[in-house]
Amino acid sequence: MSKARNNIINRLRTTKPEPCHFSERDHLSRFNWDKEERINRFVERMVAVRAEIIHASKDDWAEKIAEICQEKRLKNMLVSPETAQGKVLYNMVDQLPDLQSYDHEIEDWKSEMFNQTDAGFTTTLGGIAETGSLILWPTKHEPRLMSLVPPVHIALLDTNQLYTTFSEVVKEQGWVDKGMPTNALLVSGPSKSADIEQTLAYGVHGPKELVVVLIS
Amino acid sequence: MAKLSDFRVRVEDALANEEVRGNFRKAMDGLMSRRLDQFPDEAELERLRTQAMAIRSNSLDNLPDLLEKLETNLTKNGIQVHWAETVEEANQHVLAIMNKHNAKSMIKGKSMVSEEMGLNHFMEELGIECLESDLGEFIIQLDGEMPSHIIMPAIHKNKRQIAKLFQEKFPDIPYTEDVDELTQTARKILREKFFNAPVGLSGVNFAVAETGTLCLVENEGNGRMSTTVPPVHIAVTGIEKVVEKLSDVPPLMSILTRSATAQPITTYVNMISSPRKEGEMDGPKEVHLVLLDNGRSNIYSDPELLATLRCIRCGACINHCPVYVRVGGHSYGTVYPGPIGTVLEPQKDGLKAHGELAQASSLCGACGEVCPVRIPLPSLINRLRYEGVRQDQSSTKDSGSRRKTAEALTWKGWSFAAQHPLIYNTGASAAASFRKLMPSKMGAWTRVRTAPPIAAKTLHQQLKAKGIDNE
Repeated sequence: MSKARNNIINRLRTTKPEPCHFSERDHLSRFNWDKEERINRFVERMVAVRAEIIHASKDDWAEKIAEICQEKRLKNMLVSPETAQGKVLYNMVDQLPDLQSYDHEIEDWKSEMFNQTDAGFTTTLGGIAETGSLILWPTKHEPRLMSLVPPVHIALLDTNQLYTTFSEVVKEQGWVDKGMPTNALLVSGPSKSADIEQTLAYGVHGPKELVVVLIS
Repeated sequence: MAKLSDFRVRVEDALANEEVRGNFRKAMDGLMSRRLDQFPDEAELERLRTQAMAIRSNSLDNLPDLLEKLETNLTKNGIQVHWAETVEEANQHVLAIMNKHNAKSMIKGKSMVSEEMGLNHFMEELGIECLESDLGEFIIQLDGEMPSHIIMPAIHKNKRQIAKLFQEKFPDIPYTEDVDELTQTARKILREKFFNAPVGLSGVNFAVAETGTLCLVENEGNGRMSTTVPPVHIAVTGIEKVVEKLSDVPPLMSILTRSATAQPITTYVNMISSPRKEGEMDGPKEVHLVLLDNGRSNIYSDPELLATLRCIRCGACINHCPVYVRVGGHSYGTVYPGPIGTVLEPQKDGLKAHGELAQASSLCGACGEVCPVRIPLPSLINRLRYEGVRQDQSSTKDSGSRRKTAEALTWKGWSFAAQHPLIYNTGASAAASFRKLMPSKMGAWTRVRTAPPIAAKTLHQQLKAKGIDNE
């Protein structure tokens, strides 16, 4: 209805508000935290919202994931066979639950996704220390629902990709120049709600558990 | 005695309901102290407030250009944009999309604009089911209620009341007052709904013109579900929600979640820039954005009232309002309660309908002090009081409609006396001398209070006795 559009725009154009020039608008919030402090702050925030943190090295992270799967008695897990990290996991299938690849459209297997999938494993583009957040840009190999529908989400975070603030991420990772993906996400803990009497309850609609494997 | 207005009747009922008052008091006290903990450095808070104000002011300065840019970039990204001047038009847009897909139901993420549109009611009249998936919204929908708070819609209920409601609506599930178990019940019921819904509807926290991105914040995952699982996603938002750059989002987000629920960030920040692309495995195949005006462009035309549109809907003004905490959200009888509702609703629907809300304020200033985008709420409430009885500087609907002849004459008389010392002093002395004659019942004020006695001597007389000259 372009009539509504024109009416609205025309009404707005009849007013010219006093332009504001606040230099504060462009203030870029970031901190001088060394790597250790970034890790500590990230972990502190994540633990505060009941996420599990597993410290690992670049050599043993896959074994750590195998341990988590056993501990949680996962029967299956969504893992992309296309990412470098996914390939590592597919090379050790005997130590892991049944690995499944999300390689067809959700409409074809919605019921299995909703009713039979125990966990989803995803990589991340980094993390934010100030707020304890993971940065996810879902792709066709690691689609959006992988980190949302299964009750357990296991995410891998390279501590070299740990930024201090969200502002810093947008700038340093060049989000605008790169072009925004279909969906970009910040995930800061398992799903939760305080809608009943301000009492925190975890596992509302998204994952009940979030496990972050930190590679140092 | 004059008949009480609907608003006053609701207020009296609310004040008499100790259980609900207790629920609000407990929740608001917690929210206020936890918010304070999130801003340990006062100077940093004030800097961030200025930054957030600057970002929102910039958006409004360039609003028509930014809306056009937003439309261009969203369209380029494959998101369909619809414009609505009125809520009727907005509902028709949503209906047309529903009909196109032959959809008889929708699952909803939290959206105050959809409340403004009366969307659920509109759709249900046409046999289309709208199911709220935010836990708080789900609870009040079960009980046929409206949100009592813009962030925590079921805050007026305690867990015992919610447990009883669940028992009544889901008799097969064993009675429990355990919050985790109640939450799991809702999860089970709603998972199936997400699974089957043909359309998901959500609000928008910020729409980024530069990249054509819709940003949504939430904790539960229902927002992500509603915008990812169903094949069609419809987002509805007010035209003021646009920001220019992506870099405007992080500072706003940071002050929004801390002001609203005292969280450094919500569990999910969901940024949507396009429908499912070729080769992608999930996400809606169609994404629509309905941009609603509903009086906003009129508010825009007034240089002072324009500040109303800076609002980022955090609810901090509500949480800190001494009136809201006592009368609760439902007393207002509007979509938006508390100070922001008091300012926004009369501008949206007219002073005749909601101008009375401006009287329900002690002008204590708390709302203005905590507002993350520095909206001068107390001044705006004062302005609307003025507009209610005067027509000389107003563009607000029904300005002057609350003017009462007797009241106007009283103030005129007072004003005249105050400018003529002889009359003023004679009147004041007379009032002091004949104070015994003052009736003990004097209208609404003395119905529930004792009338304050007039002093034996006027202030002028007392000061003179102390040797202080009034010159």
